[in-house]
Amino acid sequence: MNRNKTRVIELKNRPCVLSSASAVGTNEATGPLGNYFDIKYSDDGIGEQTWEKAESRLLKDALMCAIEKSSVTIDELDMIFAGDLLNQCTSGSYAVRNMNIAFGGLFGACSTMAYSLALSALLVDGGYCNYIAAATSSHFCSAEKQFRYPLEYGCQRSPSSQRTVTGAGAFIIGNNKKPDIAVSKVLFGKVVDLGVTDTANMGAAMAPAAAESISEFLSSTNTLPEDYDLILTGDLGMVGSSLMRDIIKEQTDTDISPVHNDCGLMIYDMDAKGINSGGSGCGCSACVTASYIMSKMKTGDIKKVLFAATGALMSPTLSLQGESIPGICHIVEFIKCGG
Amino acid sequence: MFERYSVNKYSEKVKKATPPSVTVKNCIAAFLIGGLLCVFSEMLFTLISGYADEINARTYVSMILVVITAALTGLGIYDKLAYVAGAGLSVPISGFANSVCSPAIEYATEGHILGTAEKMFSIAGAVIVYGCSLASLYGMIYYFFIMGQ
Repeated sequence: MNRNKTRVIELKNRPCVLSSASAVGTNEATGPLGNYFDIKYSDDGIGEQTWEKAESRLLKDALMCAIEKSSVTIDELDMIFAGDLLNQCTSGSYAVRNMNIAFGGLFGACSTMAYSLALSALLVDGGYCNYIAAATSSHFCSAEKQFRYPLEYGCQRSPSSQRTVTGAGAFIIGNNKKPDIAVSKVLFGKVVDLGVTDTANMGAAMAPAAAESISEFLSSTNTLPEDYDLILTGDLGMVGSSLMRDIIKEQTDTDISPVHNDCGLMIYDMDAKGINSGGSGCGCSACVTASYIMSKMKTGDIKKVLFAATGALMSPTLSLQGESIPGICHIVEFIKCGG
Repeated sequence: MFERYSVNKYSEKVKKATPPSVTVKNCIAAFLIGGLLCVFSEMLFTLISGYADEINARTYVSMILVVITAALTGLGIYDKLAYVAGAGLSVPISGFANSVCSPAIEYATEGHILGTAEKMFSIAGAVIVYGCSLASLYGMIYYFFIMGQ
């Protein structure tokens, strides 16, 4: 294999975003992006008996809403890619179990939205599928239960910790002769682990992976940060974002801060109690991109976006065994084509 | 050219970039709220002492604190208080009661036996195991070296 060959994949046939939708819980709906979400719940139980079922319901709601907004019927969908944070990726598989459509359950921690989008775009670009849905979700309560403590357990959080977003986002990717928003390039990230063991500092665990993927993307495509309207990282939070910008600046002498933003910093009011370093979870980048970013691209306010979703591939078991947290960052480039 | 940091160099960088816990504020909150809880307990003790001997009165105080904590945990109030109070509520017996009640509630969805009952001690188990072990050890030392004299 030629080592100098660029790993950035250019999608010549321009698979496009036919529609996108988001479903969120209370804290997200009352946050700064509240107006942009499609489905908002005033109760984090989402009308279900358990947190796990509630998360699955969120994902299904986002998915069905995205299908409804597109001109595609559910029978025309060739495939669904979905992922979440829960063991065995149950939110996705339970959400689609009655849909009778080919399914790929993905795990990339909080990077899953870009991961599923990239795979969908590739299959459409290659002509293997006409329409694919990509969806991811997370739920504060189910994540706390699996990764941390019971909800009612009284404990304090460190300032570097992040709050898992209760939300889901879904995209319908398809081929369209006259695309409005297209997926033009993708880059699958490498696993990077620089020895961060603090599970309350996921941003720091993910920052090196994000810095590496973004730097590789920029250098492979011969572009500068100014060429983009927005470089959007997944959920690095406050600590991770500043680390990531620092690393890129130190290593490549490139300052991405003028065009950089982070979904984890956008979804909540950062001064609110319990938010600390920002939002996180698969649902964070999913519902921010599926709602706010897509609507800004539709109106033409932003025309070129690097969506770099970051994931901390953390396992509670391995963390207890003293292992560090590997990070990953997948990148999808969105461009506005139509007028 | 992009070069990956060494683990050591990066850990120094992370240390610098990560804001420290607000120790002073947390300590003051813990001192004040924990202190108030102690005052409340002493008041209860004085009240109950009129009706029971000292050992029983102290046991009743602990039981009352456990019941109050369990109720506040069930109502979803305790975790909000503890977020502010920190060690002020987690070190006294209220912290122990909360650590038993909260998983019991959380895992009720997985059934009464394999959910509530089995997971009930998932946090408190460590305290029970090491608390009992140390108490036994102390008992043995006391029995052989102090009582035996």
